[in-house]
Amino acid sequence: MTSPPTVIKIDDVSKRFVIRKEKSLKERVVNFGRSNLHKEDFWALRNVDVEIQSGSTVGLVGPNGSGKSTLLKMIGGILQPTSGTVSLRGRLAALLELGAGFHPDLTGRENVYLNASILGLSRQQTDRYFDAIVDFSGIERFIDTQVKFYSSGMYVRLAFSVAVHVDPDVLLVDEVLAVGDEPFQRKCLERIRGFQHEGRTIVLVTHGLDQVAEFCDRAIVLEHGQVMADGAPREALRVLRADFEAIRQDEVERSQERAETTGAARPPRARVLGAQLLTPDGGEPLTTIEPGDAIRVRVQIQADEKLEDWVLGMGLDTPLGAVVYGTNTTLLGARLDPVIGTASFDFVLPDLRLGEGAYAVHVAVAGTNGLEIHRMSEASHLEVRGSGRGQGQLSVDTTFSPVAG
Amino acid sequence: MTTTSEARAAALAREPLRVAGPQPGFASGTWLSIKDIVGQRELLGMLVRRELKAKYKDSTLGFLWSMLRPLAMLLIYYIALGEFLGAARQIDDFAIFIFTGLTAWTLYSDIVITGTGSIVTNAGLIKKIYLPREVFPLSVVGSALFNFVIQLGILLAATALVGRFPTGGRWLYLPLAMGVLVVFATALALLLSALNVYLRDIQYLVEIIIMVFFWISPIVYSWGLVAPKMPNPFLEQLYLANPMTLVVLGFQQVFWVAGDGSLVPDQLGTRLVVALAVGVAFLWVSQRVFARLQANFAQEL
Repeated sequence: MTSPPTVIKIDDVSKRFVIRKEKSLKERVVNFGRSNLHKEDFWALRNVDVEIQSGSTVGLVGPNGSGKSTLLKMIGGILQPTSGTVSLRGRLAALLELGAGFHPDLTGRENVYLNASILGLSRQQTDRYFDAIVDFSGIERFIDTQVKFYSSGMYVRLAFSVAVHVDPDVLLVDEVLAVGDEPFQRKCLERIRGFQHEGRTIVLVTHGLDQVAEFCDRAIVLEHGQVMADGAPREALRVLRADFEAIRQDEVERSQERAETTGAARPPRARVLGAQLLTPDGGEPLTTIEPGDAIRVRVQIQADEKLEDWVLGMGLDTPLGAVVYGTNTTLLGARLDPVIGTASFDFVLPDLRLGEGAYAVHVAVAGTNGLEIHRMSEASHLEVRGSGRGQGQLSVDTTFSPVAG
Repeated sequence: MTTTSEARAAALAREPLRVAGPQPGFASGTWLSIKDIVGQRELLGMLVRRELKAKYKDSTLGFLWSMLRPLAMLLIYYIALGEFLGAARQIDDFAIFIFTGLTAWTLYSDIVITGTGSIVTNAGLIKKIYLPREVFPLSVVGSALFNFVIQLGILLAATALVGRFPTGGRWLYLPLAMGVLVVFATALALLLSALNVYLRDIQYLVEIIIMVFFWISPIVYSWGLVAPKMPNPFLEQLYLANPMTLVVLGFQQVFWVAGDGSLVPDQLGTRLVVALAVGVAFLWVSQRVFARLQANFAQEL
């Protein structure tokens, strides 16, 4: 088979927003000619080049204000790029905000028709899908009630049902998957998988990194309007997590500075220096274990000033960042003495029944109020070599036998 | 890979890449815009229905309200102007005369005033989904036309009631006058709705200007009362240059049967045709301006 065609081509796209500080006629007349003084440029996107192939599921991730939604809106044709072009193939449907086209005074039935038509379905098509839409939403009883009387959950259910019954080649999804109760969410995710199976292209903007890891075959990390990483979700998410860590660290430092100037109580300065994995007796360094082995995690911290009433935490993560296990000294019921300078502590994890794969060790120091002072997310790496008798993050000695009789 | 996905990929590979959003180009854009809007005619119908259904939902009298307002206006003008100020003495069938003008004027002011606000009112949709944005002002035209038809029905019933039902060649004025009215109102709605996004003062300004033009057009007084008061022919021509004056006069030619023989500006038909031609050109310019301005709607709303 030849390589799938490009469905979305983003060619050197930049987007500038002009922030005006005046709006009324009076202000405009008064400031006429000097209006440039009251403008401020803001580049939401800068020289973005992306091509998306048919059938792929792409996650757009990044911190708030990084330009994800702007990019999605430009793909959808809602915003125009300041320079560069966005080109498309095929039929596009955007799930930018559920129920954007709902009119509160109309009934559920009328709104289904209206919203389907906004999303590009003809009346006959809607007629054909109508029962399926209502069935999927699970709110048959209220379909002839005005939607203003709906609960927010019902509203979202109906809107999502309409959206997934449209027949798009490209589906743009912005932060809408986390809706409804659990059974409904599962139904939605199944539907998305169905879309993938049918070779539809999905572009997903989300803060749920787990969703990206689970669904996408490609992730694009945006930051300050530029593409920071583009590739397999695993690598992209690692870049993003490192960014988040840097942002968080910045904030801690800023709050410390602020506290210094205002003289308020501030978290003490301390940081995690690193962690080593050792054999349980503490003799040898360790990188690879087998399920059921024990490990000793030796953690070094440094306190620039006296650290009192503090908490030390440690845990294991998957490469995608999901926490497998975590604990801290409060949970363990250990009392920590005040520390100044460097100090080392050991966590011993006996009988670690982890499934085969790579794991990362994270270590964190928190202050009196439970506020994290410093975290090192990949302080150390652990490789587990399994028996090949199972999958997942847990290793179990499962036996199997037929039931006699 | 499944067969569905392969078929989809193959179908997509045959399609050319197109630019996202509104199509560029000034002259060629007109054709593409029209094609876009025609492609969305079903949605347009839905939006018109939404506007009509939602407007009087939950009110017991429902659609009756859209008739009661002009009827109340008719009563006020008939009593205050016709009886107290004595206009009825100079104008035969004064009630029919006023209602004819009011019917035309209500359609015009509905389209222009509601149309001006239509883009801002639908901000929620415009910011979320790409549609040819012309559908919003156009849906206002649709729902205003629906109300107009109801009023027209009342007007016709009234003419039958007084025994002077319009017949024959006078009906020829109706399509002409309607054409001028709808074309001008639509052009204004398109232009003003786009400008209103950038300068919200427009919608308040429009309400005032519409009110002024109500009194400038011969709705509650007849052309026969105005013409002798005109100090020079230039002012007279200026007065007749207002397309709504021509439209209202055209409507009166059709429905105000009792007014036959009263003063009519010469060559009303020709004037209407010229106005229609100017209106179509104006509509085209408005649409182009709208297309230009709509690129930034989503970020200005």
